Amino acid sequence: MTLIHIKINGESVTVAAHSSVAAALAGRPNRLSVGETAPRAAFCGMGVCFECRVTIDGQSQQRACQVLVREGMEILCDA
Amino acid sequence: MRELATELAIVGAGPAGLAAAEIALRHGMPVCLIDDNPAPGGQIWRGGQAGAAMAGHPKLRLLTATRVVAAPAPNCLLLESADGASQLSYHRLLLANGARERLLPFPGWTLPGVTGAGGLQALVKSGLDVRGKKVIIAGSGPLLLATALSLKAAGAQVIQLAEQASLASVSRFALHLWHWPGKLTQALMLGWQLQQVPYAMNTHVRAALGNDRLQAVRLRRGDEEIELACDWLAVGYGLLPNLELARALGCKTHHGVVEVDHVMRTSRRDVFAAGELTGIGGVDKAQLEGRIAGLLIIGEYDRAVALAKRRRRWLRFAAALEQHFSLQPAIAQLASADTVVCRCEDVRFGRLAKCGSWREAKLHTRCGMGPCQGRLCGAACETLFGWQNAGSRPPVFPARLDTLAGNPSTAEVT
Repeated sequence: MTLIHIKINGESVTVAAHSSVAAALAGRPNRLSVGETAPRAAFCGMGVCFECRVTIDGQSQQRACQVLVREGMEILCDA
Repeated sequence: MRELATELAIVGAGPAGLAAAEIALRHGMPVCLIDDNPAPGGQIWRGGQAGAAMAGHPKLRLLTATRVVAAPAPNCLLLESADGASQLSYHRLLLANGARERLLPFPGWTLPGVTGAGGLQALVKSGLDVRGKKVIIAGSGPLLLATALSLKAAGAQVIQLAEQASLASVSRFALHLWHWPGKLTQALMLGWQLQQVPYAMNTHVRAALGNDRLQAVRLRRGDEEIELACDWLAVGYGLLPNLELARALGCKTHHGVVEVDHVMRTSRRDVFAAGELTGIGGVDKAQLEGRIAGLLIIGEYDRAVALAKRRRRWLRFAAALEQHFSLQPAIAQLASADTVVCRCEDVRFGRLAKCGSWREAKLHTRCGMGPCQGRLCGAACETLFGWQNAGSRPPVFPARLDTLAGNPSTAEVT
């Protein structure tokens, strides 16, 4: 299994190649709800609900479930 | 703005889109295949091999991780991907952009650890590690069983399968399966492979419990309630066609599906539809409809008509699915006043209950006005309140301003 090294909020994480960013996040919260009160994480898993939005390599509002990890990718979560 | 042109544009590289593409390419017709996902094969089916086999074809342009944002002019689609925007002009268009899950609110459903049923399957297929995790799968329909099998194969411990339909209803469905021998075999295999997994009918999730993350699930079975500790809860109440693009193109829809004739023509000239868009029936129906559309598009009308005769049995299968897994009234009454219904804008049930229509709810609460554009809460409100949400305004998918302004994406947004 090929492994890929990424960073989630600055922390180094090793995941299998061909994983989605949402899979790499493994259910950890990636944003706070609009009221900034509650943590949210990937929900629909299919690019529909937009709950898994993260910043990937500086580009905000990316759906983690629709993006595959790349070597050296930097992911920022808001929660 | 990048300008692209093709003979046949296909939106959706799942079973229907791939089946049509294969026929068109074999005929020598240039095809542009567009999919929001990073790889072809579809969200549920994930038939990656079929897509991979086609990927190098000289007449195929495969645009993955690409969204259709709008249909700005006749025979033209506006696309967006990480590389920026492009405009695709086409002679024929096949809509094969499938379905999403019906995801309905219940207390605790926004907790991390709660996902859709097909949603958790999709996450596992894209690499989520669930080894040794306790999982509960609930909702309705055969997709729950497929999800259970995927989870089990990935090393999860499926501690409970909960189907909201009654035992009588599921049994009637099972008894009809001999009409579709392939499905019967599949069901028997699933039954055999899942024999260790408790499968309860007439059972639904009453609430997901936990503070910042899911810790347990309260299930209601008939009159009794039980609580089970778990790591993941996957809940889905069947599938719904993705109608936004079809509606933006002006294709007629009826009872929540795109209207097509016997050879997959929509009400719009040169626009065809195949797969879950025309009714939820699974992979066999989708592949058959993709082939029918493909044959018609390459001018093989007689062969398309001949093949279309086989469609009837899959339409009967679709009808049987809808009938036997129809929602019990309790499922529409799970939300309490403080349950979030619109996840994007944090709109709770209590505020929505004071509104009289989808339009009023949007105006007064911002329900459906977040990035998912009502894809989830629109269907939820239809189930909860009976509100119709037939409108579709461009863009059909959230897009960058650069894309909408028609400018090449020159600068990174910082």
